[in-house]
Amino acid sequence: MSERGAPGGATSVRGIAAAVRSREATASSVVEETLERISAMDGELHCFHTVMAKEALASARALDATIAAGRDPGPLAGVPVALKDNICTKGTTTSCSSKILENWVPPYDATVVERLRDAGAVVVGKTNLDEFAMGSSTENSAFGPTRNPWDASRVPGGSSGGSAAAVAAGLVPLAYGSDTGGSIRQPASFCGIVGLKPTYGGVSRYGLVAFASSLDQIGPFACTVEDATLGLLAVAGHDPRDSTSIDREVEPLLDSLGGGVGGLRVGLIEEFAADVAPSCSGAARAAADALAAAGAKVGEVSIPEVRHGLPAYYVIAPAEASSNLARYDGVRYGLRVDAGDARTMNLRTRGAGFGAEVRRRIMIGTYALSAGYYDAYYGQAQRVRTLVVRAFERAYEDFDVLLAPMTPSEAFELGAKTANPLDMYVSDLCAVPSNLAGHPAMSVPFALGESGLPVGVQVLAPALREAAMLRAAAALEAAAPPGVRGPVKLAAAPAGAASDGGGE
Amino acid sequence: MSRISVEEVRHVALLARLELSDDELAVLSGELSALLDHVEQIRRLDTSGVPPTAHPLPMRNVLREDEPRPGLSAAEALAAAPAVEDGRYSVPSILGDEP
Amino acid sequence: MPDGYETVVGLEVHCELSTRTKLFCGCENSFGAAPNSQVCPVCLGLPGSLPVLNRRAVELAIRIGQALGCEIRPSVFHRKNYFYPDMPKDYQISQYDLPVNVNGHLDLPDGSVVGIERAHIEEDTGKSTHIGATGRIKGASHSLVDYNRAGVPLVEIVSAPDIRSAAQARSYVSELRRVLVAAGASDGRMEEGSLRVDANVSVRPDGSTTFGTRCEVKNLNSFRSLVRSIEYESKRQVALLEAGEAILQETRHFDESSGETHSLRSKEEAYDYRYFPEPDLVPLEPDEALLRAAAVGAGLMPGERRRLLWEAIGASLEEHASGALADQIETVIDLELDRLVVDAVAAGADGRLALARAANEAAANPESARSLGAGSFAALLQLESSGSLSATQSKAVLTVLTEEGGDPSEIAARLGFEGLGDAEIEELIDGVVAAHPEEWSRYLEGDGKVAGFLLGRIMRESKGRANGKVVSTKLAERRSRA
Ligand SMILES: [Zn+2]
Repeated sequence: MSERGAPGGATSVRGIAAAVRSREATASSVVEETLERISAMDGELHCFHTVMAKEALASARALDATIAAGRDPGPLAGVPVALKDNICTKGTTTSCSSKILENWVPPYDATVVERLRDAGAVVVGKTNLDEFAMGSSTENSAFGPTRNPWDASRVPGGSSGGSAAAVAAGLVPLAYGSDTGGSIRQPASFCGIVGLKPTYGGVSRYGLVAFASSLDQIGPFACTVEDATLGLLAVAGHDPRDSTSIDREVEPLLDSLGGGVGGLRVGLIEEFAADVAPSCSGAARAAADALAAAGAKVGEVSIPEVRHGLPAYYVIAPAEASSNLARYDGVRYGLRVDAGDARTMNLRTRGAGFGAEVRRRIMIGTYALSAGYYDAYYGQAQRVRTLVVRAFERAYEDFDVLLAPMTPSEAFELGAKTANPLDMYVSDLCAVPSNLAGHPAMSVPFALGESGLPVGVQVLAPALREAAMLRAAAALEAAAPPGVRGPVKLAAAPAGAASDGGGE
Repeated sequence: MSRISVEEVRHVALLARLELSDDELAVLSGELSALLDHVEQIRRLDTSGVPPTAHPLPMRNVLREDEPRPGLSAAEALAAAPAVEDGRYSVPSILGDEP
Repeated sequence: MPDGYETVVGLEVHCELSTRTKLFCGCENSFGAAPNSQVCPVCLGLPGSLPVLNRRAVELAIRIGQALGCEIRPSVFHRKNYFYPDMPKDYQISQYDLPVNVNGHLDLPDGSVVGIERAHIEEDTGKSTHIGATGRIKGASHSLVDYNRAGVPLVEIVSAPDIRSAAQARSYVSELRRVLVAAGASDGRMEEGSLRVDANVSVRPDGSTTFGTRCEVKNLNSFRSLVRSIEYESKRQVALLEAGEAILQETRHFDESSGETHSLRSKEEAYDYRYFPEPDLVPLEPDEALLRAAAVGAGLMPGERRRLLWEAIGASLEEHASGALADQIETVIDLELDRLVVDAVAAGADGRLALARAANEAAANPESARSLGAGSFAALLQLESSGSLSATQSKAVLTVLTEEGGDPSEIAARLGFEGLGDAEIEELIDGVVAAHPEEWSRYLEGDGKVAGFLLGRIMRESKGRANGKVVSTKLAERRSRA
């Protein structure tokens, strides 16, 4: 566990909660220190859209009072968390990085927000993303990009780039993003942290502004597998407000972490090796070797259908998005560009309010669903989705978990892929099959690339088998070479928050 | 090689209620065509007899009881509205029929 | 209908379900609240909100299917995508190619049968009010939207094109309305928009077996509009055909003030609803438990209620056919007084008298009449049948009985209708006979005209308390004994 810097000495989720619960530190001091760090360092990184200083301090004081009164403050007592700005927070702007929702203040909290508060966590701010979570670099934000804490000339990945960078920079120990086609795992890989997409239905989507409803999942970012697990447990479980939420007890996942991988059957997916940078495929292979050395039964597995994932995804996700984003019409909330009639008002509002990438996806999706094309595109993509699901089912007859590269490359330079949308889409290659299948998957920092930037390895598991996935992830974390993991040392680090750089 | 003409793009933009300039329509025509070329690889797959997956979970019959729950006050509901009149959302005149 | 042509009509009836809450959220489903006061993130379509299906709405939808003899099948919700300000998400959650109810039928009172193609579940839209000179869409300066109705559960019942006249369309809607009310699925209030009808109307030359081009007529908010619009629309279409012009397949709006239909389609808008399965909901697969739960609490259907009434009054086949009693039967069914009649007959009342009193007198105050006990209703009718009360007296007692309840004999007494006993009537007759010996002799000799005179005298002496029928009988008895 990393335990550095913060009041009471702890910076990990577990450490802070333990310190606050045992009164070694107050929630107020933790939050104050966090706010100072954000204000000192976020100017350059631009992780945050909104820092909720007043609300966070008030929550922290309330927690301290709870503790002083001898009541249980919850398992994440005093842990500062950041939320991707597509998760609704009552009374605090939720912009989705879009001009169309620039000043929209939700009148309700997302289920995950309620659960975090119930767990004693303190929401300190809302983080940058690609507009409506469409993108892989956080450059598609209407309010400017986020920079990678490891190298400010590089992107943090996306679409949950703000949350990933905030954790990697040590601004917060825990943050949440949403993953529709890799939007948690890819930035986690780029930022050298752990990012986890749970089983579809494992975490409530109520209050997550929808991109593609059958693919979206909320999940945590943290520097360690254990902290990510704590972050998952705080928000997981059935929610009657989400019809697609799984109605069953959440496993006590923390027990799995120390379980080791003895006897675990691990399959390395062969297909992506040819499509990704050697450092990325090399990391996956090295991870397989490390698990074998730790006692797992490791083999290679060919799942050719995963290569159909990306084109199927780029039909299904835009199609659902085209419908989900119809409601931004200038009538009830958000931007309105006025006109003499409602129809022209809709056209102008949406033309002006959405950025180029969002417009592009709405167009693709509308086309794919339109008369005469539905069966050729949307219908076919759904049948291909079935093929991907079946292929995974076959692979999981022989393996408990699978390994794959996480990204085709390490973090790229800002602007490198903005000219050609397809170049950017390829960033999601290794990630989307898990979304199509609804399976859990996560990225664990495991190597450094040619430019010295971190590279993650992806661990995949069947639906609801987070326990097996986390066992493998914990073993990988233990075997990872030093220096691959955040938080990174930053020049502007304020006094009292001495980062020890990557590693540990 | 799929080509989506500028005219087709214009029609789709109207369906999607996006006001786009001629330049934007032309650029989108190229971009959408390129993307559809990429999608071509799955269009050629034989999926006869394969059922579609609309949903990753095999769930059925998720129902709630018919019990009232508190909602929003009219003031909360209207707080974000661009224009309000007489407790209702005001919109410019609606042309044409209800579909 | 002009000679040589036949009208073909299919109806789409939207029925608001009588649930406590909306289809996908916990907001109240009720009429008449302050604008936008019955809304929440879900029915306002706020970003991030998600729908959860109302069990009761599903049960009522299935119950409608059961009442219409439909096949009840596994079904899927779809999104119907189009932009309209009164639709909060700019898509409507509806059922498309897999509706919950298919292939049913509705039997009309005249014996005809109309096929039901489907009856599916969907959500209602909000309500726009058009502000400007006319209050209509055309010429309005702007519109105001209230979302209280958005998300209210609807079942859309789509008939086959089996209807052949405006009158039959009217009969179909009124019978369907009875079915929906009997099922407990709807309050049936057309004036509040609980039932809304769209009509697909086409015409074809007599003897033709193919269908003509149809127009969908919207905004039919009353039976009168339904009938007038179908009549207008079929005449309009025949006139076009006679003039050698084509009928354009389109949606038309019925204008109640002019009685005409108008095309409203804006020409640049091509509708393409881009239906796809709603990813926020899971499939609905009615199982045994759901089907059983749906059936519990459904009332008797109108066909069955009609049969029970005919049986209770013991009508002949000729009377069935003549329709003489049919109007009374439809009235008591519509007023939900049929149970009262059937139960009163079971308690010993005369069937026809019960039917007549229910359809006429009780109908004046149906709400109270529904809570009238069949026992006391039967007791009153027996007093009338036995002659203890005259028809006029019986009606007066029924009015009090309906409003205040109580015992019919006591009410009659209170009103001074205490029937005179046999001895008192005999005494009165003796008196009148003594006072008018000449008339009495003529009566005994068989002069029919004088009977009315004697009856009138006796009634006057009794101050209206004697029952005329009883007096007549007694007079006749004396004559036959003489
Ligand atoms: Zn609601």
